[in-house]
Amino acid sequence: MTERRLPPVTQVAMASLGLIVAGGIYLSSHLPEHVPLAPAVILLALSAALMAFNLFSLARVPDFPWGRFFSVARWSLLAYAVIAGLIEYAFLQNHVRGGALVVLTLSLAVFAIHVPTLLGFTVARYHQP
Amino acid sequence: MVDVTLSEPSLGAEEAPPHPPLSIPEFRIVPRSGIVAAAIVVVALVVAIAVNKRWPIDFLHVVGGASWTIVDLFMGLVIGPILGRLSIPARIEMTTRLMPKMVVIMPIVVTMTLAAGWQLGVQNGTVLTGDPNHGWVVASFIVVGVMSVLALGLLEPANIAVLIELKKPRPRPEVIETLMKRFIYCSGILGLMQVATLVIMTKLAAS
Repeated sequence: MTERRLPPVTQVAMASLGLIVAGGIYLSSHLPEHVPLAPAVILLALSAALMAFNLFSLARVPDFPWGRFFSVARWSLLAYAVIAGLIEYAFLQNHVRGGALVVLTLSLAVFAIHVPTLLGFTVARYHQP
Repeated sequence: MVDVTLSEPSLGAEEAPPHPPLSIPEFRIVPRSGIVAAAIVVVALVVAIAVNKRWPIDFLHVVGGASWTIVDLFMGLVIGPILGRLSIPARIEMTTRLMPKMVVIMPIVVTMTLAAGWQLGVQNGTVLTGDPNHGWVVASFIVVGVMSVLALGLLEPANIAVLIELKKPRPRPEVIETLMKRFIYCSGILGLMQVATLVIMTKLAAS
């Protein structure tokens, strides 16, 4: 199977999702009590940086089939935004507030963007014009 | 049914005689009826969390969690190995009927389990660090976290990509083979990890 050379989007996305999940586990295992935010913020920043790297490296791929990418990614984005919204709603209903809520919301945002990116990429990489 | 010609022979099947064009059943990548069912579950979940009564929360968590565990175990340890041994036409037939349902079922079942589970943990007090079962709850977070990364990062993209490949006029067997392999291995790992979920959840229920 001949494939164009592509950046390691899947591997980087897996690492990014792993960091977000680790941050989420860290926060969830302390909530609703007071939780030191520094570890979660570091994990979130690293995860967001990996996502930015993924988007940047994808944007530099010549002739990448963006049409195919977005045809999948936009609907996935809608689905994962609903999922992230539901999880956020569960935290809000349980009075998570302040810094913990901000970190959780941003983590869910990274999750809701990165998963559709990965779905769109996996489909687009096998696209043949 | 749509007749399509495979563009290249399947990997590892060099000696096999050339096969006739494959029949690929008509299918929708995301079934409409599934979206309606998922929307109903989302509404039920929102209402249950807002009302915050024990029974609806428990119901959604148990139904979601049991479905998630059973589907993962069955897919990973029963269907996956069978799928891997089927002939390509049989595999395509099975894939086009099974995978679209999985695209809808798994994300909604996982969301239902997690959101209702968090609510239940708050009600029970097991999310509090002082609770004697807190360690088990954190263990469940870790298992679920690892499973989520595998499912979202490898399994779901492979699932969608296979279905989109099968929608093409000339699907490439080598692409389907690669993605199906990924799907089957991932399902196996997730199935095994669900055993850990069963251990944790039965321990929590017994405490």
